[in-house]
Amino acid sequence: MSAFNTLLFRDVRLAFRAGGGAMLALAFFASVAMLVPLGIGSDLRLLARVASGVLWIAAVLAGLLSLDRLFQADFEDGSLDLITLSPLPLEGASFAKIAAHWLTTGLPLTLLSPVLALMFGMPPRVWGPLAFSLLIGTPAVSAVGAVGASLTLSIRRGGLILPLIVLPLLAPAVIFGAGFVIGVLDNLPNGALLLLAAFSFASLLLSPFASAAAVRLNLGS
Amino acid sequence: MGIEAQALTCLRGGRVVFRDLSFQVEAGEVLAIEGANGAGKTSLLRMVAGFLVPAAGAIRLRTKSGGQIFYDDERGKFAGWLGHHDAAKPQLTARETLIFFARLYDVDEPAEPALEEAGLARAADLPCQFLSAGQKKRLALARLKLCQRPLWLLDEPLAALDANGKIFAASLIAAHCALGGIALIATHEALGLDCTKLALA
Repeated sequence: MSAFNTLLFRDVRLAFRAGGGAMLALAFFASVAMLVPLGIGSDLRLLARVASGVLWIAAVLAGLLSLDRLFQADFEDGSLDLITLSPLPLEGASFAKIAAHWLTTGLPLTLLSPVLALMFGMPPRVWGPLAFSLLIGTPAVSAVGAVGASLTLSIRRGGLILPLIVLPLLAPAVIFGAGFVIGVLDNLPNGALLLLAAFSFASLLLSPFASAAAVRLNLGS
Repeated sequence: MGIEAQALTCLRGGRVVFRDLSFQVEAGEVLAIEGANGAGKTSLLRMVAGFLVPAAGAIRLRTKSGGQIFYDDERGKFAGWLGHHDAAKPQLTARETLIFFARLYDVDEPAEPALEEAGLARAADLPCQFLSAGQKKRLALARLKLCQRPLWLLDEPLAALDANGKIFAASLIAAHCALGGIALIATHEALGLDCTKLALA
Protein backbone atom coordinates (compact mmCIF):
# COMPACT_ATOMS: atom_id res chain seq x y z
CA MET A 1 0.00 0.00 0.00
CA SER A 2 1.40 3.38 -0.92
CA ALA A 3 2.29 5.99 1.68
CA PHE A 4 -0.56 8.17 0.40
CA ASN A 5 -3.20 5.48 0.92
CA THR A 6 -1.69 4.59 4.28
CA LEU A 7 -2.14 8.12 5.59
CA LEU A 8 -5.62 8.37 4.02
CA PHE A 9 -6.78 5.13 5.66
CA ARG A 10 -5.29 6.08 9.01
CA ASP A 11 -7.13 9.40 9.05
CA VAL A 12 -10.39 7.76 8.02
CA ARG A 13 -9.94 5.12 10.71
CA LEU A 14 -9.17 7.76 13.35
CA ALA A 15 -12.28 9.70 12.36
CA PHE A 16 -14.48 6.68 13.00
CA ARG A 17 -12.84 5.68 16.29
CA ALA A 18 -13.75 7.23 19.63
CA GLY A 19 -13.21 10.99 19.62
CA GLY A 20 -13.14 11.15 15.83
CA GLY A 21 -15.16 13.75 13.96
CA ALA A 22 -17.05 11.63 11.44
CA MET A 23 -20.32 10.97 13.26
CA LEU A 24 -20.07 14.32 15.02
CA ALA A 25 -20.21 16.24 11.73
CA LEU A 26 -23.13 14.18 10.52
CA ALA A 27 -25.06 14.63 13.77
CA PHE A 28 -24.35 18.37 13.73
CA PHE A 29 -25.58 18.65 10.15
CA ALA A 30 -28.80 16.85 11.03
CA SER A 31 -29.35 18.85 14.23
CA VAL A 32 -28.97 22.24 12.55
CA ALA A 33 -31.26 21.13 9.74
CA MET A 34 -33.83 20.02 12.32
CA LEU A 35 -33.69 23.24 14.35
CA VAL A 36 -34.34 25.55 11.40
CA PRO A 37 -37.97 24.46 10.78
CA LEU A 38 -38.60 24.91 14.50
CA GLY A 39 -37.40 28.47 14.22
CA ILE A 40 -39.09 29.35 10.93
CA GLY A 41 -42.40 27.65 11.47
CA SER A 42 -44.40 25.13 9.53
CA ASP A 43 -44.98 27.05 6.28
CA LEU A 44 -44.08 24.24 3.86
CA ARG A 45 -43.72 26.51 0.82
CA LEU A 46 -41.29 28.73 2.70
CA LEU A 47 -39.35 25.77 4.08
CA ALA A 48 -38.94 24.17 0.67
CA ARG A 49 -37.69 27.53 -0.60
CA VAL A 50 -35.02 28.09 2.11
CA ALA A 51 -34.04 24.41 2.40
CA SER A 52 -31.21 24.49 -0.12
CA GLY A 53 -29.57 27.50 1.54
CA VAL A 54 -30.01 26.10 5.04
CA LEU A 55 -28.66 22.69 4.12
CA TRP A 56 -25.70 24.20 2.33
CA ILE A 57 -24.82 26.42 5.29
CA ALA A 58 -25.28 23.51 7.68
CA ALA A 59 -22.99 21.39 5.51
CA VAL A 60 -20.27 24.03 5.52
CA LEU A 61 -20.50 24.47 9.30
CA ALA A 62 -20.49 20.71 9.87
CA GLY A 63 -17.37 20.43 7.73
CA LEU A 64 -15.70 23.14 9.80
CA LEU A 65 -16.47 21.36 13.04
CA SER A 66 -13.71 18.77 12.81
CA LEU A 67 -11.35 20.83 10.66
CA ASP A 68 -9.37 22.42 13.48
CA ARG A 69 -8.05 18.98 14.44
CA LEU A 70 -7.07 18.10 10.85
CA PHE A 71 -3.41 19.04 11.35
CA GLN A 72 -3.42 20.16 14.97
CA ALA A 73 -3.86 16.71 16.51
CA ASP A 74 -0.88 15.42 14.53
CA PHE A 75 1.08 18.56 15.35
CA GLU A 76 0.54 18.23 19.09
CA ASP A 77 1.49 14.57 19.42
CA GLY A 78 4.53 14.79 17.15
CA SER A 79 3.04 12.77 14.28
CA LEU A 80 3.29 15.72 11.91
CA ASP A 81 7.10 15.81 12.32
CA LEU A 82 7.25 12.18 11.29
CA ILE A 83 4.83 12.64 8.41
CA THR A 84 6.99 15.53 7.17
CA LEU A 85 10.12 13.37 7.24
CA SER A 86 8.44 10.47 5.44
CA PRO A 87 8.99 9.77 1.74
CA LEU A 88 5.52 11.19 1.02
CA PRO A 89 5.84 14.88 0.07
CA LEU A 90 3.97 17.18 2.42
CA GLU A 91 1.74 18.26 -0.46
CA GLY A 92 0.70 14.63 -0.91
CA ALA A 93 0.15 14.26 2.82
CA SER A 94 -2.06 17.36 2.81
CA PHE A 95 -4.09 15.98 -0.06
CA ALA A 96 -4.48 12.66 1.76
CA LYS A 97 -5.75 14.51 4.81
CA ILE A 98 -8.18 16.57 2.71
CA ALA A 99 -9.47 13.41 1.06
CA ALA A 100 -9.86 11.66 4.42
CA HIS A 101 -11.72 14.68 5.81
CA TRP A 102 -14.09 14.72 2.87
CA LEU A 103 -14.71 10.96 3.05
CA THR A 104 -15.65 11.26 6.72
CA THR A 105 -17.68 14.49 6.62
CA GLY A 106 -18.62 15.70 3.13
CA LEU A 107 -19.58 12.32 1.73
CA PRO A 108 -21.74 11.11 4.67
CA LEU A 109 -23.68 14.35 4.81
CA THR A 110 -24.19 14.30 1.06
CA LEU A 111 -25.73 10.87 1.47
CA LEU A 112 -27.94 12.08 4.32
CA SER A 113 -29.10 15.23 2.49
CA PRO A 114 -32.06 13.67 0.58
CA VAL A 115 -33.58 12.61 3.91
CA LEU A 116 -33.32 16.15 5.23
CA ALA A 117 -34.66 17.50 1.92
CA LEU A 118 -37.72 15.35 2.50
CA MET A 119 -38.12 16.81 5.99
CA PHE A 120 -38.04 20.30 4.51
CA GLY A 121 -40.79 19.39 2.09
CA MET A 122 -38.66 19.79 -1.00
CA PRO A 123 -40.16 18.16 -4.09
CA PRO A 124 -38.49 14.80 -4.87
CA ARG A 125 -37.16 16.04 -8.23
CA VAL A 126 -34.82 18.41 -6.32
CA TRP A 127 -33.35 15.78 -3.97
CA GLY A 128 -30.96 14.51 -6.60
CA PRO A 129 -29.65 17.94 -7.66
CA LEU A 130 -29.25 18.94 -3.99
CA ALA A 131 -27.19 15.84 -3.18
CA PHE A 132 -25.25 16.28 -6.40
CA SER A 133 -24.39 19.90 -5.57
CA LEU A 134 -23.16 18.79 -2.14
CA LEU A 135 -21.18 15.94 -3.69
CA ILE A 136 -19.39 18.37 -5.98
CA GLY A 137 -19.14 21.28 -3.55
CA THR A 138 -18.16 19.72 -0.21
CA PRO A 139 -14.63 18.78 -1.37
CA ALA A 140 -14.03 22.53 -1.56
CA VAL A 141 -15.02 22.81 2.11
CA SER A 142 -12.39 20.24 3.07
CA ALA A 143 -9.77 21.74 0.76
CA VAL A 144 -10.19 25.40 1.71
CA GLY A 145 -10.61 24.34 5.33
CA ALA A 146 -7.31 22.49 5.25
CA VAL A 147 -5.52 25.72 4.38
CA GLY A 148 -7.12 27.42 7.37
CA ALA A 149 -6.37 24.44 9.60
CA SER A 150 -2.70 24.38 8.66
CA LEU A 151 -2.36 28.14 9.11
CA THR A 152 -3.78 28.02 12.63
CA LEU A 153 -2.24 24.76 13.73
CA SER A 154 0.22 26.17 16.22
CA ILE A 155 -2.29 28.63 17.71
CA ARG A 156 -3.96 27.49 20.88
CA ARG A 157 -7.71 27.65 20.48
CA GLY A 158 -7.00 28.06 16.77
CA GLY A 159 -10.40 26.48 16.20
CA LEU A 160 -12.00 29.80 17.00
CA ILE A 161 -10.01 31.71 14.38
CA LEU A 162 -10.38 29.02 11.75
CA PRO A 163 -14.01 29.87 10.79
CA LEU A 164 -13.06 33.53 10.42
CA ILE A 165 -10.45 32.59 7.83
CA VAL A 166 -12.39 29.87 6.07
CA LEU A 167 -16.03 30.98 5.99
CA PRO A 168 -15.52 34.05 3.74
CA LEU A 169 -13.49 31.92 1.33
CA LEU A 170 -16.32 29.40 1.16
CA ALA A 171 -18.91 31.95 0.13
CA PRO A 172 -18.68 30.94 -3.56
CA ALA A 173 -19.50 27.34 -2.69
CA VAL A 174 -22.64 28.37 -0.80
CA ILE A 175 -23.71 30.84 -3.50
CA PHE A 176 -23.29 28.44 -6.40
CA GLY A 177 -24.40 25.32 -4.51
CA ALA A 178 -27.61 26.76 -3.07
CA GLY A 179 -28.17 28.83 -6.21
CA PHE A 180 -28.10 25.77 -8.41
CA VAL A 181 -30.70 24.00 -6.30
CA ILE A 182 -32.97 27.07 -6.29
CA GLY A 183 -32.63 27.21 -10.06
CA VAL A 184 -33.73 23.60 -10.37
CA LEU A 185 -36.63 24.30 -7.99
CA ASP A 186 -37.77 27.17 -10.22
CA ASN A 187 -37.12 25.27 -13.45
CA LEU A 188 -34.66 27.92 -14.53
CA PRO A 189 -31.60 26.98 -16.50
CA ASN A 190 -28.43 28.05 -14.71
CA GLY A 191 -24.71 27.54 -14.92
CA ALA A 192 -24.14 27.55 -11.16
CA LEU A 193 -23.21 23.87 -11.12
CA LEU A 194 -20.34 24.46 -13.53
CA LEU A 195 -19.07 27.37 -11.45
CA LEU A 196 -19.36 25.24 -8.31
CA ALA A 197 -17.38 22.46 -9.96
CA ALA A 198 -14.74 24.94 -11.10
CA PHE A 199 -14.44 26.39 -7.60
CA SER A 200 -14.19 22.95 -6.06
CA PHE A 201 -11.64 21.78 -8.61
CA ALA A 202 -9.47 24.88 -8.23
CA SER A 203 -9.45 24.67 -4.44
CA LEU A 204 -8.59 20.96 -4.51
CA LEU A 205 -5.77 21.71 -6.91
CA LEU A 206 -4.25 24.63 -5.02
CA SER A 207 -4.89 23.94 -1.35
CA PRO A 208 -2.48 20.99 -0.89
CA PHE A 209 0.35 23.32 -1.85
CA ALA A 210 -0.88 26.15 0.34
CA SER A 211 -1.43 23.97 3.37
CA ALA A 212 1.91 22.17 2.94
CA ALA A 213 3.62 25.56 2.90
CA ALA A 214 1.72 26.61 6.02
CA VAL A 215 2.65 23.38 7.81
CA ARG A 216 6.34 23.93 6.98
CA LEU A 217 6.08 27.44 8.32
CA ASN A 218 4.55 26.23 11.56
CA LEU A 219 7.01 23.36 12.06
CA GLY A 220 9.87 25.83 11.68
CA SER A 221 8.51 28.21 14.28
CA MET B 1 28.04 8.61 5.56
CA GLY B 2 28.79 11.68 7.59
CA ILE B 3 27.37 14.97 8.68
CA GLU B 4 29.12 18.26 9.03
CA ALA B 5 27.81 21.50 10.46
CA GLN B 6 29.61 24.77 9.95
CA ALA B 7 29.18 27.92 11.99
CA LEU B 8 25.51 27.36 12.74
CA THR B 9 23.58 30.17 14.33
CA CYS B 10 20.15 29.65 15.78
CA LEU B 11 17.69 32.46 16.35
CA ARG B 12 14.50 31.88 18.31
CA GLY B 13 12.04 34.71 18.77
CA GLY B 14 14.67 37.21 17.65
CA ARG B 15 17.23 36.07 20.25
CA VAL B 16 20.42 34.14 19.63
CA VAL B 17 20.26 30.64 21.12
CA PHE B 18 23.67 29.56 19.93
CA ARG B 19 26.13 30.89 17.40
CA ASP B 20 29.15 29.63 15.46
CA LEU B 21 28.45 26.03 16.27
CA SER B 22 30.46 23.54 14.23
CA PHE B 23 30.71 19.80 14.51
CA GLN B 24 31.38 16.76 12.42
CA VAL B 25 30.07 13.24 12.87
CA GLU B 26 31.20 10.23 10.89
CA ALA B 27 29.46 6.92 10.24
CA GLY B 28 29.19 4.78 13.36
CA GLU B 29 29.51 7.70 15.76
CA VAL B 30 27.22 8.94 18.46
CA LEU B 31 27.13 12.65 19.20
CA ALA B 32 25.73 13.48 22.62
CA ILE B 33 24.43 17.05 22.68
CA GLU B 34 24.54 18.43 26.18
CA GLY B 35 23.53 21.73 27.64
CA ALA B 36 21.30 23.44 30.14
CA ASN B 37 17.58 23.89 29.55
CA GLY B 38 17.12 26.40 26.78
CA ALA B 39 20.64 25.93 25.41
CA GLY B 40 19.18 24.91 22.05
CA LYS B 41 19.49 21.12 22.04
CA THR B 42 16.07 20.55 20.53
CA SER B 43 16.51 23.48 18.13
CA LEU B 44 19.77 21.96 16.89
CA LEU B 45 18.09 18.62 16.24
CA ARG B 46 15.20 20.32 14.45
CA MET B 47 17.73 22.19 12.36
CA VAL B 48 19.47 18.97 11.35
CA ALA B 49 16.09 17.42 10.49
CA GLY B 50 15.37 20.42 8.26
CA PHE B 51 12.39 21.78 10.23
CA LEU B 52 14.31 24.89 11.26
CA VAL B 53 16.42 26.89 8.88
CA PRO B 54 19.69 28.12 10.41
CA ALA B 55 20.04 31.89 10.60
CA ALA B 56 23.62 31.45 9.45
CA GLY B 57 25.89 28.54 8.63
CA ALA B 58 25.20 25.30 6.80
CA ILE B 59 24.78 21.60 7.35
CA ARG B 60 26.15 19.14 4.84
CA LEU B 61 25.25 15.49 4.70
CA ARG B 62 27.36 12.92 2.90
CA THR B 63 25.33 9.88 1.94
CA LYS B 64 26.57 6.29 1.82
CA SER B 65 26.80 6.45 -1.95
CA GLY B 66 29.05 9.47 -1.73
CA GLY B 67 26.43 12.07 -2.65
CA GLN B 68 26.37 15.44 -0.96
CA ILE B 69 23.22 16.96 0.39
CA PHE B 70 23.11 20.66 1.07
CA TYR B 71 19.41 21.52 1.06
CA ASP B 72 17.58 21.57 4.34
CA ASP B 73 14.45 19.86 3.08
CA GLU B 74 16.28 16.94 1.48
CA ARG B 75 18.05 15.97 4.67
CA GLY B 76 14.78 14.93 6.24
CA LYS B 77 14.55 11.91 3.94
CA PHE B 78 17.55 10.43 5.76
CA ALA B 79 16.46 11.31 9.25
CA GLY B 80 14.90 9.01 11.82
CA TRP B 81 13.18 11.27 14.31
CA LEU B 82 12.38 10.70 17.96
CA GLY B 83 11.07 13.86 19.57
CA HIS B 84 9.59 14.93 22.89
CA HIS B 85 6.23 13.65 21.79
CA ASP B 86 5.84 10.03 20.93
CA ALA B 87 3.44 10.29 17.99
CA ALA B 88 1.23 7.61 19.49
CA LYS B 89 -2.42 8.22 18.61
CA PRO B 90 -4.60 7.48 21.64
CA GLN B 91 -7.14 5.65 19.46
CA LEU B 92 -4.69 3.35 17.66
CA THR B 93 -3.07 0.29 19.18
CA ALA B 94 0.69 -0.07 19.47
CA ARG B 95 0.69 -2.56 16.61
CA GLU B 96 -1.42 -0.32 14.35
CA THR B 97 0.91 2.59 15.10
CA LEU B 98 3.98 0.63 14.05
CA ILE B 99 2.34 -0.77 10.92
CA PHE B 100 1.19 2.72 9.94
CA PHE B 101 4.67 4.21 10.21
CA ALA B 102 6.33 1.26 8.48
CA ARG B 103 4.00 1.71 5.50
CA LEU B 104 4.31 5.48 5.54
CA TYR B 105 8.09 5.12 5.45
CA ASP B 106 7.80 2.47 2.76
CA VAL B 107 9.53 -0.19 4.86
CA ASP B 108 8.66 -3.82 4.25
CA GLU B 109 9.27 -5.13 7.76
CA PRO B 110 6.88 -6.91 10.09
CA ALA B 111 5.93 -5.06 13.26
CA GLU B 112 5.92 -8.15 15.49
CA PRO B 113 9.69 -8.56 16.15
CA ALA B 114 10.05 -4.84 16.80
CA LEU B 115 7.22 -4.95 19.35
CA GLU B 116 8.74 -7.99 21.02
CA GLU B 117 12.17 -6.44 21.20
CA ALA B 118 10.76 -3.28 22.76
CA GLY B 119 9.03 -5.33 25.45
CA LEU B 120 5.58 -4.41 24.15
CA ALA B 121 4.41 -7.85 23.06
CA ARG B 122 1.71 -7.95 25.74
CA ALA B 123 0.60 -4.38 25.15
CA ALA B 124 0.56 -4.66 21.36
CA ASP B 125 -3.23 -4.63 21.04
CA LEU B 126 -3.85 -1.95 23.62
CA PRO B 127 -4.88 1.48 22.36
CA CYS B 128 -2.01 3.87 23.01
CA GLN B 129 -4.11 5.94 25.40
CA PHE B 130 -3.66 3.12 27.93
CA LEU B 131 0.12 2.94 27.52
CA SER B 132 2.37 4.53 30.13
CA ALA B 133 4.85 7.25 29.20
CA GLY B 134 7.67 4.70 29.29
CA GLN B 135 5.77 2.27 27.09
CA LYS B 136 5.10 5.04 24.57
CA LYS B 137 8.81 5.85 24.52
CA ARG B 138 9.55 2.16 23.89
CA LEU B 139 7.03 2.24 21.05
CA ALA B 140 8.77 5.31 19.60
CA LEU B 141 12.12 3.51 19.79
CA ALA B 142 10.63 0.46 18.07
CA ARG B 143 9.27 2.76 15.35
CA LEU B 144 12.66 4.41 14.96
CA LYS B 145 14.32 1.06 14.38
CA LEU B 146 11.60 -0.13 12.04
CA CYS B 147 11.87 2.96 9.81
CA GLN B 148 15.52 2.23 9.03
CA ARG B 149 16.83 5.74 8.54
CA PRO B 150 20.63 6.20 8.67
CA LEU B 151 20.66 9.47 10.62
CA TRP B 152 18.98 9.22 14.01
CA LEU B 153 17.96 12.44 15.73
CA LEU B 154 16.90 11.67 19.28
CA ASP B 155 15.56 14.19 21.75
CA GLU B 156 15.80 12.84 25.29
CA PRO B 157 15.41 9.19 24.28
CA LEU B 158 15.86 7.99 27.86
CA ALA B 159 13.13 10.14 29.40
CA ALA B 160 10.46 8.10 31.22
CA LEU B 161 12.22 4.78 30.56
CA ASP B 162 12.90 2.28 33.37
CA ALA B 163 16.32 0.67 33.91
CA ASN B 164 15.64 -2.09 31.38
CA GLY B 165 14.28 0.42 28.92
CA LYS B 166 17.44 2.48 29.14
CA ILE B 167 19.51 -0.61 28.40
CA PHE B 168 17.19 -1.35 25.46
CA ALA B 169 17.58 2.19 24.11
CA ALA B 170 21.37 2.08 24.46
CA SER B 171 21.61 -1.30 22.74
CA LEU B 172 19.38 -0.08 19.91
CA ILE B 173 21.58 2.96 19.35
CA ALA B 174 24.77 0.89 19.59
CA ALA B 175 23.45 -1.61 17.04
CA HIS B 176 22.42 1.21 14.72
CA CYS B 177 25.89 2.76 14.84
CA ALA B 178 27.62 -0.59 14.47
CA LEU B 179 25.89 -0.86 11.09
CA GLY B 180 27.31 2.49 10.00
CA GLY B 181 24.50 4.74 11.21
CA ILE B 182 24.81 8.07 12.93
CA ALA B 183 23.01 9.18 16.08
CA LEU B 184 22.68 12.74 17.35
CA ILE B 185 21.27 12.62 20.84
CA ALA B 186 20.15 15.50 23.02
CA THR B 187 20.26 14.27 26.58
CA HIS B 188 20.75 15.14 30.22
CA GLU B 189 21.55 11.59 31.25
CA ALA B 190 24.56 9.37 30.69
CA LEU B 191 23.80 7.20 27.67
CA GLY B 192 26.12 4.34 28.59
CA LEU B 193 27.62 4.47 25.11
CA ASP B 194 30.89 5.56 23.55
CA CYS B 195 30.12 9.00 22.30
CA THR B 196 31.56 12.33 21.30
CA LYS B 197 30.19 15.16 23.35
CA LEU B 198 29.00 18.50 22.11
CA ALA B 199 28.34 21.06 24.81
CA LEU B 200 25.98 23.91 24.03
CA ALA B 201 26.73 26.99 26.07
